[in-house]
Amino acid sequence: MVIVGAGGHGLATAYYLARNHGITDVAVVERGWLGGGNMARNTTIIRSNYLLDESAGIYEHALKLWEGLAEELDHDLLFSQRGVLNLAHTPQDVRDGMRRINANRLNGVDAEWLTPEQAREFCPILNISPDSRHPVLGGTLQRRGGIAKHDRVAWAYAGAADALGVDLIQDCEVTGFTTAGGRVTGVRTTRGDIGAGRVALAAAGHTSVLAALAGFRVPIQSHPLQALVSELLEPVHPCVVMSNAVHVYVSQAHKGELVMGAGIDSYNSYAQRGGFHVIEHQMAAALELFPIFARARVLRTWGGIVDVTPDASPVIGRTPVDGLYVNCGWGTGGFKATPSSGWVYAHTIATGEPHPLNAPFSLDRFTTGALIDEHGAAAVAH
Amino acid sequence: MLLIPCPWCGPRAEIEYRYGGQAHVAYPPEPAALTDAEWAAYLFLRDNPKGPFAERWCHAAGCRRWFNVLRDTATHEIHFSYRAGERP
Ligand SMILES: Cc1cc2nc3c(=O)[nH]c(=O)nc-3n(C[C@H](O)[C@H](O)[C@H](O)COP(=O)(O)OP(=O)(O)OC[C@H]3O[C@@H](n4cnc5c(N)ncnc54)[C@H](O)[C@@H]3O)c2cc1C
Ligand SMILES: [Zn+2]
Repeated sequence: MVIVGAGGHGLATAYYLARNHGITDVAVVERGWLGGGNMARNTTIIRSNYLLDESAGIYEHALKLWEGLAEELDHDLLFSQRGVLNLAHTPQDVRDGMRRINANRLNGVDAEWLTPEQAREFCPILNISPDSRHPVLGGTLQRRGGIAKHDRVAWAYAGAADALGVDLIQDCEVTGFTTAGGRVTGVRTTRGDIGAGRVALAAAGHTSVLAALAGFRVPIQSHPLQALVSELLEPVHPCVVMSNAVHVYVSQAHKGELVMGAGIDSYNSYAQRGGFHVIEHQMAAALELFPIFARARVLRTWGGIVDVTPDASPVIGRTPVDGLYVNCGWGTGGFKATPSSGWVYAHTIATGEPHPLNAPFSLDRFTTGALIDEHGAAAVAH
Repeated sequence: MLLIPCPWCGPRAEIEYRYGGQAHVAYPPEPAALTDAEWAAYLFLRDNPKGPFAERWCHAAGCRRWFNVLRDTATHEIHFSYRAGERP
């Protein structure tokens, strides 16, 4: 088997193929280096408080795996369940938040409502003044949510997969597919052909390019998504705060830098960079919520290329080409799903049938109409 | 930030514009005659090439007109723009 792409999802898939299914005749091929794509560029927010049942199923499975992952992979992943607070700024935000809390509880996902005062108790630097441009009317809190160190996660999965016999091949770009009678028989790469009975795409922002090489289309648009870190600061920000209305999300990494993410740049791109006005917009929002950040200096900004679907939910399953599978469309929020994405994708590839958790996320939902429309539903997209 | 040439107003900063995605996607002349797969393709599938891409922009904070741009999605280089209804 060949897995295309050594981001978090490709590496986790390789690990669970070996661990759960005993399949070790696997190569992960990567055009760059291990975990050098979105896996090393995200803001590492982990939560499972999605509105819809299908989403709660797959993201909560991930969160449960996160809770035992450091021990299982024998690697300190700096997984910190410091709580994720989603702010409400309008009466509609409040209603949506309450509804999401109820939906979460029905799905066994921890969720609670905080008043503005409780929100400030939880995050003392938060500005809850009613005079602010987007006043805080409250928020939803998932205490089990938090952050982890993304590249440690990539390296832990890579190491564990490698130890079980998986081959990891870097600097090896897939440039085409070989097929016979409508069935995939291998991949063409910049370092030669590799025969494979099954091929699994895990190429995030580049999925459309690979699908085109294989002769089918995916409902994906690739966009830049930017983030930034400040210089190192004393610990001031104890949790993760996200705001849908002003679109910013902030945490403070273990080393001390503030980590902030923006919304996507509007246009299609593969260039791993975006416009500075998007950063500026996001900083303005952050300063409203956290006036204390006014003197913090930006150290670094960067961008990744995220794979956005029309319903903001991923696609995991079969493709029109027999033996070729796809896992994509995680867009701006797939880091948190890394463990369960790998788990259910490995199941799908190993057995030829989707796992119950990814069955609803098939490619043909766009034809049947059974969309999983998380867009407006789950607070922000991360 | 992109510097986008509006065919009417000339080059202006990206923040004056709204993005409209792939250009030249025609509404199907007979929607009811399409299969589910064809209708799904019209609704949900858009090209997403790495390289030259014909796309729509609206000069929202300027003349408010829609037009087309040929832009490279790998480099962000803008080759040229042209008016709605025209072909490159
Ligand atoms: C700025 C930013 C902030 C984010 N914040 C969050 C967040 O807070 N929480 C969250 O849950 N998610 C977040 N995300 C989303 C998350 O990073 C992605 O959904 C997730 O990383 C995608 O899965 P991956 O790790 O496998 O992708 P990637 O790491 O992008 O892996 C795909 C790999 O495929 C390789 N590849 C592509 N084409 C080929 C080819 N032809 N041949 C071989 N290899 C190929 C690429 O080089 C790449 O290494 C964020 C993303 C960005 C960009
Ligand atoms: Zn104009």
